[in-house]
Amino acid sequence: MDSVFSNVVRAPEDPILGVTVAYNNDPSPAKLNLGVGAYRTEEGKPLVLDVVRRAEQQLVNDPSRVKEYIPIAGLADFNKLSAKLILGADSPAIQESRVATIQCLSGTGSLRVGAEFLKKHYHQSVIFIPKPTWGNHPKVFNLAGLSVEYYRYYDPATRGLDFQGLLEDLGAAPSGAIVLLHACAHNPTGVDPTSEQWEQIRQLMRSKSLLPFFDSAYQGFASGSLDTDAHAVRIFVADGGECLIAQSYAKNMGLYGERVGALSIVCKSADVASKVESQVKLVVRPMYSSPPIHGASIVATILKSSDMYNDWTIELKGMADRIINMRQQLFEALQAKGTPGDWSHIIKQIGMFTFTGLNKEQVAFMTKEYHIYMTSDGRISMAGLSSKTVPHLVEAIHAAVTRVA
Amino acid sequence: MAAMAMTIRNSASRRTMTSGPISGLRSMSSWWKNVEPAPKDPILGVTEAFLADPSPEKVNVGVGAYRDDNGKPVVLECVREAERRIAGTSFMEYLPMGGSVKMVDETLKLAYGNNSEFIKDKRIAAVQSLSGTGACRLFADFQKRFRPGSEIYIPVPTWSNHHNIWRDAQVPQKTYHYYHPETKGLDFSGLMDDVKNAPEGSFFLLHACAHNPTGVDPTEEQWREISQLFKAKNHFAFFDMAYQGFASGDPKRDAKSIRIFLEDGHHIGISQSYAKNMGLYGQRVGCLSVLCEDEKQAVTVKSQLQQLARPMYSNPPLHGAQIVSTILGDPQLKGLWLKEVKTMADRIIGMRTTLRESLEKLGSPLSWEHVTKQIGMFCYSGLTPEQVDRLTSEYHIYMTRNGRISMAGVTTGNVGYLANAIHEVTKSS
Repeated sequence: MDSVFSNVVRAPEDPILGVTVAYNNDPSPAKLNLGVGAYRTEEGKPLVLDVVRRAEQQLVNDPSRVKEYIPIAGLADFNKLSAKLILGADSPAIQESRVATIQCLSGTGSLRVGAEFLKKHYHQSVIFIPKPTWGNHPKVFNLAGLSVEYYRYYDPATRGLDFQGLLEDLGAAPSGAIVLLHACAHNPTGVDPTSEQWEQIRQLMRSKSLLPFFDSAYQGFASGSLDTDAHAVRIFVADGGECLIAQSYAKNMGLYGERVGALSIVCKSADVASKVESQVKLVVRPMYSSPPIHGASIVATILKSSDMYNDWTIELKGMADRIINMRQQLFEALQAKGTPGDWSHIIKQIGMFTFTGLNKEQVAFMTKEYHIYMTSDGRISMAGLSSKTVPHLVEAIHAAVTRVA
Repeated sequence: MAAMAMTIRNSASRRTMTSGPISGLRSMSSWWKNVEPAPKDPILGVTEAFLADPSPEKVNVGVGAYRDDNGKPVVLECVREAERRIAGTSFMEYLPMGGSVKMVDETLKLAYGNNSEFIKDKRIAAVQSLSGTGACRLFADFQKRFRPGSEIYIPVPTWSNHHNIWRDAQVPQKTYHYYHPETKGLDFSGLMDDVKNAPEGSFFLLHACAHNPTGVDPTEEQWREISQLFKAKNHFAFFDMAYQGFASGDPKRDAKSIRIFLEDGHHIGISQSYAKNMGLYGQRVGCLSVLCEDEKQAVTVKSQLQQLARPMYSNPPLHGAQIVSTILGDPQLKGLWLKEVKTMADRIIGMRTTLRESLEKLGSPLSWEHVTKQIGMFCYSGLTPEQVDRLTSEYHIYMTRNGRISMAGVTTGNVGYLANAIHEVTKSS
């Protein structure tokens, strides 16, 4: 019998996850994986936070815990605590019950569920996303039925923010268009607006009734401070307007594979928030019925205990500090080597990634000659570097810059 | 400039809902005022109502989650042990987009057989999914993308979420006859007529065993006839198998329909769930598989399934998959699991017998044969919505309005009360 799917062609490798596949296949002992954005310790190992292990033990030792379906919108205490985390404990939006929060599958799931909700209920179906952005963003929005437009963001000349371009493009967007904003630690560039620039963006967006959709994947992980990294989100919420927020605990709690996140929709009134929540549930039910219990239980356990919460902030700052340290080391080593070019963007950019400015050919050269794996856009994951491997990377960058156009 | 500075100062100092003179925010109403409150989910809404009821006599025979004879949820011993082994030992890195390879491999063995030639020949495209719902949705999205003109034939009745899933995937739906209200059994000739009359190459959703909500399954002979007709019509069979092991107590027996189709050469699709048979409900663990012509096509199809998963949730959750791999990968734990599944199935079968006998003893004028003929978690009682409403309002018994009773919620402690209540609302029928 012939297959009904014989017309199906092989899909290309995912550009980001494909890097790790290639890395794994490389037999060289000098190989370095600066591809996917998962934190690594100085020893190059993945990390499970101590506070996460403690929460895990607590859960496993509690015989009263069952594995029943959790509600469609997820664990109630997880949702409340997540909203508090991103909006601040004293947020009027929370106090006024204006926030609908739904547990979702990490950042990806929160974005997709939010996008599907917008497709069904929002009057505009175009979303503006920064150029460049995380490779999965356009796919998420397209599959939800939204059309994707780009706004200028990264300036290759300065390796910083193209602020003028951003203001022009958002200024030209149709009224009511959705705008995706990286809350902090822009992926892949590491370039964030300053707080003055955020304020200007906010004013512009509100004047044109553009709907903010925040992707917050690095709260606490960027600067080391949960509050600082939530600043952009909070100034928007403080003006009383509406927005969507996708939160992820993949990096800041190291819960990558457990797929824990939350979608919050900040509304004008409690009544609207309640209706909105009921409609978001209708998006979830035919997608996966209800979200997974384990990761959210770990998060809730940590966030609701003041001791564990404090311990978490310390471990989180530890990870952020190590990354900031790596940036410093890489920058200084390139200076010391006399590698041509201005490398100050390495310490100006923030978060897990650095947009090196290296081109495709230089990247391919570094992979071939030095067994260094990164995405072809020149993005390196600082989390994958250690003091031991910085010299090797510097050699490779120096060679690429001096020998490859 | 000065005016803007004023408005910034104003907005910062007034943090109430009426604040925000910036750019006319005060006058702007919500983007969402057109949003209607969604209707309650017909199934999950039942449990919500049950929880809100203060009556000490209340009985929940609504949602399909297993309960022990004390009416308590159960975490299987094999699961507890697996969790003890897992806790503290592994990293929480991302799984591949297709999920845990180990978990998927073990899961395919359950559906296709331990020594399946299809597994040996690597002809099965399979990915870890978010339980049964997620598997069905991935398949529906895949069907939409690669067979865009196709429709899905869904039995009447079926789990209500099936309709939502294929609708949200934008695959048009048709129905086929399944349940026979007069016999409270299978409308076999109606089913065969619909299969025959469907255009060649149609896509059909089949419940592999323990049909939800009716508990009515075709016999083995009937499955063979269905398979033959599918062959003649070149139809595609998609099996939703949410209760393997849970129906008869024997996973091999519960997969019989699938094995018949495989023997007959069909290239099928299967959604598998560990929600009920391993009690992993909230972990959301399952598997979607599609049998292909050869290994090359299987690799291709899998790559495309991953392309659908990536923009939905990137990669599936780790914990539930680790539990399944730990259990199925260890012969001792697997043996324990099989025993525990049989215990659950046997308890339900026992409750069916007790409920039927109780109703007969009460002198019910109706036949309750279907209670023991039907199989799996649910019994399609034949109660009308009005009778169900009476059961709820007068007896605090909660079930879905289609008369579906979750036998898993029936215990030796409440079966008498339940039988009596059913008798009371039906005796004048």
